[in-house]
Amino acid sequence: MSKLNSLAISDNGFIFKPSTGESFTTNEIGLIIINLLKEEKSADEIINKITEEFDIDAISAGRDLYEYLDFLKREKMLD
Amino acid sequence: MNNPKTITVAVTGLNNIDSPGPGVSVIRGIKDSELNVRIIGLAYENLEPGIYMPGLVDKTYLIPFPSTGSEAFLSRLAYINEKEDLDLIIPNFDSELYLFIKYSDELLKMGIHTFLPTLDQFEERHKNNLPEYGKKYGIKMPVSQAVLNSKELSNLPKPLSYPYYIKGKFYEAYKVNTINEGVAYFNKLSAKWGLPVVVQQSITGTEVNVIVLGDGEGNTISAVAMRKQYITDKGKAWGGITINDERLIEITHDIVRKTKWRGAMELEMIKTDEGEYHLIEINPRIPAWVYLAVGAGQNIPEMVCRLAMGEKVTALTDYEYGKMFIRYSWDLIGDISDFEKIIIFGEL
Repeated sequence: MSKLNSLAISDNGFIFKPSTGESFTTNEIGLIIINLLKEEKSADEIINKITEEFDIDAISAGRDLYEYLDFLKREKMLD
Repeated sequence: MNNPKTITVAVTGLNNIDSPGPGVSVIRGIKDSELNVRIIGLAYENLEPGIYMPGLVDKTYLIPFPSTGSEAFLSRLAYINEKEDLDLIIPNFDSELYLFIKYSDELLKMGIHTFLPTLDQFEERHKNNLPEYGKKYGIKMPVSQAVLNSKELSNLPKPLSYPYYIKGKFYEAYKVNTINEGVAYFNKLSAKWGLPVVVQQSITGTEVNVIVLGDGEGNTISAVAMRKQYITDKGKAWGGITINDERLIEITHDIVRKTKWRGAMELEMIKTDEGEYHLIEINPRIPAWVYLAVGAGQNIPEMVCRLAMGEKVTALTDYEYGKMFIRYSWDLIGDISDFEKIIIFGEL
């Protein structure tokens, strides 16, 4: 199972990491990013989705995405 | 697993204070099971909360501190057994285990079962023996040194360096950054718990704990991993959560297989950022957070009772991750007449 798929994520943005017992909170954009990553969508597809759902341009959406990917890797939630 | 016969179980460790004994949690686990039990509390002090908690114990007896000696200990247990016809005892303090293990055959002759490690197993995992233990069983451990005199602290063998932990023989540990701190804590710990005091290199990482039950033949009957979420100034878990750490459980099974541990124990480990596990301590008994394991699906107190009584117990491998415990304090209102009975008669 990939690290992302092992996480327990609620619709409220609460993330539980069973391997360490740590928990995190995330906002709506974070939830969308995680769900699309689990569906193995590409970075461009995720950015497009964010720009469709939120009032945000592609450059800002890309910045949000890569910052969020850094966070997931730093917390060992993404390979 | 129904057992209609009533068994009488004596349990120590009723001091449910800020550094809690495991007794109350052990009793809760037993009472949650299908076992038909009568619970006898064994207390060392007359204000141990478990004595007075409604519905917890059927009867409590004061027993002499282990330091009083084996004669007083055995004589008191014989008296209690005469009154209560005990089937088994679950001792829950490190400091009393030596006596219970050493005299387990005498207890059995009285009809009292235990499920404890052998004296060799108990002795070899002492804090001051951990480096040899690690070598013998191939377990990673921080460098440590047993210290008999505070002067040795200024000349610790390399690679021991600051910060390190200084630990009492049975309980308590403090992080040390300077020689003055080291000497002060050495004096405090040696006065309270005796010698040696153990110096152990601090390892950076996350502390993870496992409660384990071994059958004495190398099989792990139960193992539940937990991360402390809230730690008191005494280093005790005031909140914790079960985790799914497969590597940690693998290491645990390996230790039980190699040591053939009999009974319950707690493994305290540090997991580094690199994913390495270092064993920092082995507590040779059920830890106070055992009721979390019960809540997560592995009733270790019940299994200890069944194993002690000679039943075959199926090993459990699954438990729920993300189960939490949060301790709390609660003021019981008691009556002076109960306190009087404990003081005057040593039983309630």
